[in-house]
Amino acid sequence: MDIAVNILLTIATAATPLLIAAIGELVVERSGVLNLGVEGMMIMGAVGGFGAGYLTGSPWIGLLAAIIAGALFSLLFAVMTLSLATNQVATGLSLTLLGLGLSGMIGTSFVGQPGVRLPNLDIPGISSIPVVGRLIFGQDPVFYISIALTAAVMWFLFKTRTGLTLRSIGDSHTSAHALGIKVIRYRYLSVIFGGACAGLAGGHLSLVYTPQWVENMSAGRGWIALALVVFASWRPWRVLAGAYIFGAVWIGQLHAQAFGIPVPSQFLSSLPYLATVVVLVLISRNKRLTMMNTPASLGQPFVPDR
Amino acid sequence: MGGTVSANHDRANLLEVRGLTKIFGTLTACDHIDLNIAKGEIHALLGENGAGKSTLVKMLFGSLEPNSGEIFWDGKPVKITSPGVAKKLGIGMVFQHFSLFEALTAAENIALSLNDGSPIGSIAAKARALSYSYGLPLDPDSLVGDLSVGERQRIEIIRCLLQTPQLIILDEPTSVLTPQEADKLFETLERLRSEGKSILYISHRLEEVKRICDRATVLRHGKVVGHCNPRQETAASLARMMVGSEVKAVVRAPAEGIETAPALLQIRSLSRKPATPFAIPLKNINLTVRAGEVIGIAGVAGNGQGEFFESVSGEVLQQDAGSVRIRGKDAGGLSITGRRLMGAAFVPEERLGHGAAPRMKLSENLLLSRHATDGKAFVGSGGMVKNGAVYSAAQRIITAMDVRKSAPDPEAAALSGGNLQKFIVGRELDRKPSVMVVNQPTWGVDAGAAAHIRQALIELARSGSAVLVISQDLDELFELSDAIAVMHNGELSVPLPIAEATFEKIGLLMGGAEPGHAEHSLEVA
Repeated sequence: MDIAVNILLTIATAATPLLIAAIGELVVERSGVLNLGVEGMMIMGAVGGFGAGYLTGSPWIGLLAAIIAGALFSLLFAVMTLSLATNQVATGLSLTLLGLGLSGMIGTSFVGQPGVRLPNLDIPGISSIPVVGRLIFGQDPVFYISIALTAAVMWFLFKTRTGLTLRSIGDSHTSAHALGIKVIRYRYLSVIFGGACAGLAGGHLSLVYTPQWVENMSAGRGWIALALVVFASWRPWRVLAGAYIFGAVWIGQLHAQAFGIPVPSQFLSSLPYLATVVVLVLISRNKRLTMMNTPASLGQPFVPDR
Repeated sequence: MGGTVSANHDRANLLEVRGLTKIFGTLTACDHIDLNIAKGEIHALLGENGAGKSTLVKMLFGSLEPNSGEIFWDGKPVKITSPGVAKKLGIGMVFQHFSLFEALTAAENIALSLNDGSPIGSIAAKARALSYSYGLPLDPDSLVGDLSVGERQRIEIIRCLLQTPQLIILDEPTSVLTPQEADKLFETLERLRSEGKSILYISHRLEEVKRICDRATVLRHGKVVGHCNPRQETAASLARMMVGSEVKAVVRAPAEGIETAPALLQIRSLSRKPATPFAIPLKNINLTVRAGEVIGIAGVAGNGQGEFFESVSGEVLQQDAGSVRIRGKDAGGLSITGRRLMGAAFVPEERLGHGAAPRMKLSENLLLSRHATDGKAFVGSGGMVKNGAVYSAAQRIITAMDVRKSAPDPEAAALSGGNLQKFIVGRELDRKPSVMVVNQPTWGVDAGAAAHIRQALIELARSGSAVLVISQDLDELFELSDAIAVMHNGELSVPLPIAEATFEKIGLLMGGAEPGHAEHSLEVA
């Protein structure tokens, strides 16, 4: 029983950074901007979070620093692509490369230092209830943030006027501009939100998942988050499903490898990717629905003529 | 006072424009424009494509910032810095290129343009009520991507009316409507006028301007060249004001012996599944174009014309090779080049990026489309391009089609739309193709150039070629076709010989009436 609970807990821990980064990127892409720099923003969040936590001794300050680091780094992308109308793909890629390099440089003195870890939730009497207590009331704070964030983004995008406006900009920025909607302002805020989320996801890595600083510790999670958004056809609940499927298969194959199942380890390592793609492709079979949810102006630079 | 007061001053001006100027780079799109719009009038803004009409109204609606000039609203000077400011003043706009969001519902689209925070549900109810009261029924829950162009325009109009504007700007509203839908629109506009609202009506269709407009301001090359009362003018005199010179009428000699002439282009049971959720499927299309005739295909935009053109030109291949036959041979499995080699020529709707590579010279564009068909003339031994031959062929086309340009061999993007279109049509005509398929031959082309292109197409047919013209412009089709078929929702009607075709019959077919029923409902009416 305890083993099952432990496995479920590790799945949640593995899925949380993917979910947060992907939800942030989903909002960005819904506004019509393709930011391929998620990996870079995430690793900046990880190093910023670890550093602030290490220097102040407070994991909470570390988490806040992670969010700010991701948001600031995304601001660079926003200025380039939105104000200077550079190519979004190229700018996003260079953001990732810059982030990986810069974080390694900033983090040289953090290597091997003991980090601080965010404590798990502990409600006396409730968190100690077997199974349910630990699963629902005993996880790390970022887990709860990730679930609340997903719900909030769903509500925001599909139930509020501002969310409708954001989606409309993603559908056609020229139409939105013609109606007097401030396209660039919305996109700035979306990109910064996406950066803050990626930073938070990075903070989770260095303050919860493995509370230490290792170069390149994001290990491609930013790319997985990006892929999740597309395969989830830009729908928040599917991102949630995708992140958890990935997390589950990831943890599952780790255990399988530990048990020494006679299957090549390379195949097992590729399973999470395969499983996530297959499941998300299956739930996105409805082409019409997919088209409706695809931001039609994704990746196109917008230059208003005035 | 008394007798010297002109008609313009009988009613107070709602909007006055003084010396409005807009400069894009080296082009003065609007040059010191003066315009007065009185309360309760329908004011026409006339002009050729590129005369500055759209630029002017974009400044009035705050989407563009003027370089100089003044705007007075109700006698007070105003600065319209954004569409939001325009809306607050009471200016509403129905765009030429719709500013709708395809992936959203009608109600969501309407909600986006209203600044109040009322819930979508109540906006949908209001929109539904208003749309029925104006006789423009609208289902607020429908997805815009699923709607016809006419229905989309209803959303634009309802969206505009919900803001209770004093001045409504309509930019080329009827260019995408069937004649019957246009009639409905005119009724709505007259009702709005009777409610005291002002309307700025932009069009290049002179008959409808004469029919509904009280005054007209005519623009040419960015300048106001005259004000008039369109009811006292003829279509010809208005055209002369717009163009600045007489427009030569297109002459169509009667076609003879068509029935027995060989069928050069045959479409047999052509069907195609939609490539995207919002695309139109083609349903069992049959059509024969014989040597010596021009067949026109009418239809409201977005009824499958684009899909049909792609299938005929070979941009999309057919599974059944017999569904497209050129000069008696199956061509359905051949690519564009394969079909060109059989003697066919194609002019797509989109000029830049489809008909021509924008950043390449005209001579290079010529080579791109004809290196296979004119291999002997343009490509020498060892695959080397004969630049001299290509250049002189380009110059021959430029002269034949009277292409106006700034350099001897400019880039395609440097030409105005109309001149580039003349070159692209001329490039195909120069080959003397035995089958010519053209999509929107004169879209955005000024009247003089349009007449030139139409005349050339007729002459090509009369010299023994089969010509198929797809167009949304009914006037154009009536001018150059020997028979007109109508495309609606992916189906093609039987071609009506031009002698039997009327605007009304074609219009009913465009609106979706069954070919057999069109006759019937006319009798009832």
